[in-house]
Amino acid sequence: MSDITRDDVAHLARLARLAVSDEELDVFSSQIDAIVDTVSRVGEIPDDVPPTAQVVPQTNVLRRDVREPSLSNAAALSGAPAAEEGRFRVPRILGEGA
Amino acid sequence: MSDTRDTQRSGAGPVDSDLVSLDAGELARRIHAGEVSSVEVTRAHLERIEAVDGGIHAFLHLDAEGALAAAEAADRAIADGGPVSPLAGVPVAVKDNLTTTDMPTTCGSRILSGWRPPYDATVVKRLRAAGLVPLGKTNLDEFAMGSSTENSAFGPTRNPWDTTRIPGGSGGGSSASVAAGESPLALGSDTGGSIRQPGAVTGTVGVKPTYGTVSRYGLVAFSSSLDQVGPCARSVLDAALLHEVVGGHDPCDQTSVDAPLPPVVEAALAGARGDLAGVRVGVVAEFSGEGYQPGVLAAFTDAVRTLGELGAEVVEVSCPAFSYALPAYYLIAPSEASSNLARFDAMRYGLRVGDDGEHAADEVMSLTREAGFGAEVKRRIMIGTHALSAGSYDALYGKAQKARTLIVRDFTAAFETCDVLVSPTTPTTAFPLGERTDDPLAMYLADLCTIPSNLAGNAALSVPCGLSADDGLPVGLQVMAPALADDRAYRVAAAYEVARGAGDHPRIPELRALETSR
Amino acid sequence: MTATVESAPYTVEEVCEQFDPVMGLEVHVELNTATKMFCGCANAFGAEPNTHVCPVCLGLPGALPRVNGTAVESAVKIGLALNCHVRERSGFARKNYFYPDMPKNFQISQYEDPIVFDGYLDVPLDDGTTWRVEIERAHMEEDTGKSLHIGGATGRIHGADYSLLDYNRSGVPLIEIVTKPIVGAGVRAPEVARAYVTALRDVLRGLGVSDVRMDQGSMRCDANVSLKPKGTEEFGTRTETKNVNSLRSVERAVRYEMGRHAGVLLSGGTIRQETRHFDEQSGTTSPGRPKETFADYRFFPEPDLPPLEPSRDWVETLRAGLPERPWERRARIQTEWGLSDEELRDLVNADALDLVADTVDAGAPPEAARSWWVSYLAQQANTAGVTLPELAITPAQVARVVALVAEGTLTNKLARQVVDGVLAGEGEPDDVVAGRGLAVVSDESALTAAVDEALAAQPDIAEKIRAGKTKAAGAIVGAVMKATRGQADAARVQELVLERCR
Ligand SMILES: [Mg+2]
Ligand SMILES: [Zn+2]
Repeated sequence: MSDITRDDVAHLARLARLAVSDEELDVFSSQIDAIVDTVSRVGEIPDDVPPTAQVVPQTNVLRRDVREPSLSNAAALSGAPAAEEGRFRVPRILGEGA
Repeated sequence: MSDTRDTQRSGAGPVDSDLVSLDAGELARRIHAGEVSSVEVTRAHLERIEAVDGGIHAFLHLDAEGALAAAEAADRAIADGGPVSPLAGVPVAVKDNLTTTDMPTTCGSRILSGWRPPYDATVVKRLRAAGLVPLGKTNLDEFAMGSSTENSAFGPTRNPWDTTRIPGGSGGGSSASVAAGESPLALGSDTGGSIRQPGAVTGTVGVKPTYGTVSRYGLVAFSSSLDQVGPCARSVLDAALLHEVVGGHDPCDQTSVDAPLPPVVEAALAGARGDLAGVRVGVVAEFSGEGYQPGVLAAFTDAVRTLGELGAEVVEVSCPAFSYALPAYYLIAPSEASSNLARFDAMRYGLRVGDDGEHAADEVMSLTREAGFGAEVKRRIMIGTHALSAGSYDALYGKAQKARTLIVRDFTAAFETCDVLVSPTTPTTAFPLGERTDDPLAMYLADLCTIPSNLAGNAALSVPCGLSADDGLPVGLQVMAPALADDRAYRVAAAYEVARGAGDHPRIPELRALETSR
Repeated sequence: MTATVESAPYTVEEVCEQFDPVMGLEVHVELNTATKMFCGCANAFGAEPNTHVCPVCLGLPGALPRVNGTAVESAVKIGLALNCHVRERSGFARKNYFYPDMPKNFQISQYEDPIVFDGYLDVPLDDGTTWRVEIERAHMEEDTGKSLHIGGATGRIHGADYSLLDYNRSGVPLIEIVTKPIVGAGVRAPEVARAYVTALRDVLRGLGVSDVRMDQGSMRCDANVSLKPKGTEEFGTRTETKNVNSLRSVERAVRYEMGRHAGVLLSGGTIRQETRHFDEQSGTTSPGRPKETFADYRFFPEPDLPPLEPSRDWVETLRAGLPERPWERRARIQTEWGLSDEELRDLVNADALDLVADTVDAGAPPEAARSWWVSYLAQQANTAGVTLPELAITPAQVARVVALVAEGTLTNKLARQVVDGVLAGEGEPDDVVAGRGLAVVSDESALTAAVDEALAAQPDIAEKIRAGKTKAAGAIVGAVMKATRGQADAARVQELVLERCR
């Protein structure tokens, strides 16, 4: 098996900002282990094969640096769970991001 | 108005004589000829939905008022005698992962329940501009992740052919709405088969256009390098008509191909003349045998014979790398999804859980995502997070990209000897609700035949090829064409459609299991 | 500044007795494009919150990025100005991490294939020598929104009750310029750091691609510092100091971190790899919040954007259009105008170099142009409390005034009045001359008449002059100048007085 452990899945859940329950951890770790085990078959493919990330034929698709209408402040905040002074109100932020 | 009364009378019964059983093209002809109004046609469909959707649950949101207003506008435009687009006045259903300003957009997820986007998806804009009548938003597996529509946070959609069975997925709502006569047309999105597989199991036409030929702007992204919007319909020509309404270059999507759309309507009309002389059809050897339902293979074999009778030259081709398609897909799609779905964090829109003044933003994100996402979405987010992480990128995501190269090469080689490739759209007919919900890997097998075209970006469609002898449920024939040669697939599918004729079953099933499923 | 150094355990000199400092400088520059990196919203500083936002820069579901062509052009120009190679095929990548001021919770950046790479910048140091800083890469990315922390310790992030988010800055085009490790600078490391950022700012300003305002955050510098014991090759553990938002702070931060590292290492401690924050007040750095785990950004190719393949021709056109390096231009100007080092420095410090150059380009001789800007106009700016560039007169107008003096239409005294008129908004120099009637009286008969009048008015002096006491002519000249309200050419008047007394 791909030996994805319960701890690995717990770590993935943290990285992905999912507060998964212990019960979920049990189910997910076995399922994800099985799935990763199956998809790991791609490992057979030789390294010298070039990767394909996209199937778009074109390159250098650029936008002209010209102003376009923005949303009104009201429209921008229309879906906000909380807003204040024209800004999105969010719970206190810890840390500095990256 | 007599039509609508008929509808009421007919309720959930056979509806062949009703407006709701007519093709979009025929509806458009009658509306433009003034034989019937768009309002009447729209009302007929709203009443059909009223009558049957309780048992199908194809729609997450209905907008009767908006639809009737759009229908009146269409009728006015037609009365004014100005030029109107070929589908003006015809109702259409829209998959709920396409943004709409006048209806919520939920993606079948609790995390977006009630969200009203401040902008229309480009394809929705084009529907409106062409005078089509959006009826509502259709059900889907949460964020289009699934093959049965059972992953919708708002309950599954049922298959009109047997409401104890799945309608396919992720676009089960769109295909079921068309199959049940609730709408003559629908828009779907196809990342691994989400238009074609539901089409196959509901006995309707579903098309995944060439990647980049239909705008993704306003399609809530699942896997950006695979997602493609496409039409659902009851006939190949109807699909082509809708395809030409929504397709074509869009500057708002920089992966959109700046080239004229292949002439799919013309191709569908040409194909309907029933001549495939000189067309080389390749049967993909890898798509048969173990795991394929005998009734499906039988129907597929009949279809291939029919293509031969139409003058096509049938050959067998081998695409060995297709065996990597499923693993590659279940690495690439979750990887991109883990990034695409990161924005659902309770800060700017959608659900927010745990904002009690105690929890910090980071904790509220985790609590909200835990509560707002379903199991399959969480699974894929974590798999994708794993596949992209420093330790496994090369072995998993990196190798999946290499697999993609091999699959593209197999297609290229096959299309050197064949004009189109054919296969069953999906290995089995509609399976019972709940059968695979606890077995993700079994669920994934439903997309075995459809995934390669998403990875390679070429065109592919599913056209009904009769009912399976072993369970009497619809089977789909998949026709794959090279990128930007969508018209070839349409031509072959249209020819086959005509040759097969009505078959030994109604176009729209009697909704026999309706009562029990209510 | 020395106070700052003392506040760190060791001075740079002490540090370098035992260690070699190694620096890496990461500079983020906001481009001054009209619109954002991936959408058509205005790229503007200081607007009402969330008014320059759209589905794209708010990261709304379904929205897709659209690359700003001008931003790509600016990135290539910057690369060329830094002697970089332009990659034939480059692309965007997603940098994945969760943070509320980043609406998509990933940043569209570049990873393995930055658009430009492997360059260098020859940086002028204070002693006139240059130091070559090697450039690792420069890549395009998007800026984040801004968060306002409410409650708790006065808007500081720690102890805040909640935060308010404004996404006007979200998606503003950024170029991140990363140096290779800067080794061997020794005690000059802090100076080299400051000189590099200064030179970079001047280059970018010369290119006109950014406002490069460190105070407004349109240019931001992160300083990586580590120490390696003399004679060893292995680099030490580095710290990354952020929030260094002035040129002086760059130097101070590097100096402080060098001293701090030495203090830790020499007392047997180990340096923790961490992000630190520079405090302008104390000139010290303090640790940022340590990240929960080692940051795994899970970069992968941005599937929504096709690759970039800048054509050779296009790149060469841009290369041909590059402006002269600022310090090379200064050197050329110094020799062309024959300026002393002091004179040049005064011009640069007064922000007058470009103004004088433009005045010269407008036809004025360098000496005249320079003296106008550094003396009279400098005084006017001073009294008006504005900078020279802000003064309400253009180099072209100054050049015109210089020309009017040269052709004798104005005396220097009148010229100053004309300049006052221009500054007062009375129009072009010629308008002011006409409007205020300031032209020198050059009508000979009128002048002669005025001279005769003055001589008649003071016969005794006229007598003295006729007697050969030419010095006495001054009084008559003065009278005439008075009579003509200073609009006569004093030299000519002098001649006339002597003629009439012959
Ligand atoms: Mg950066
Ligand atoms: Zn924007």
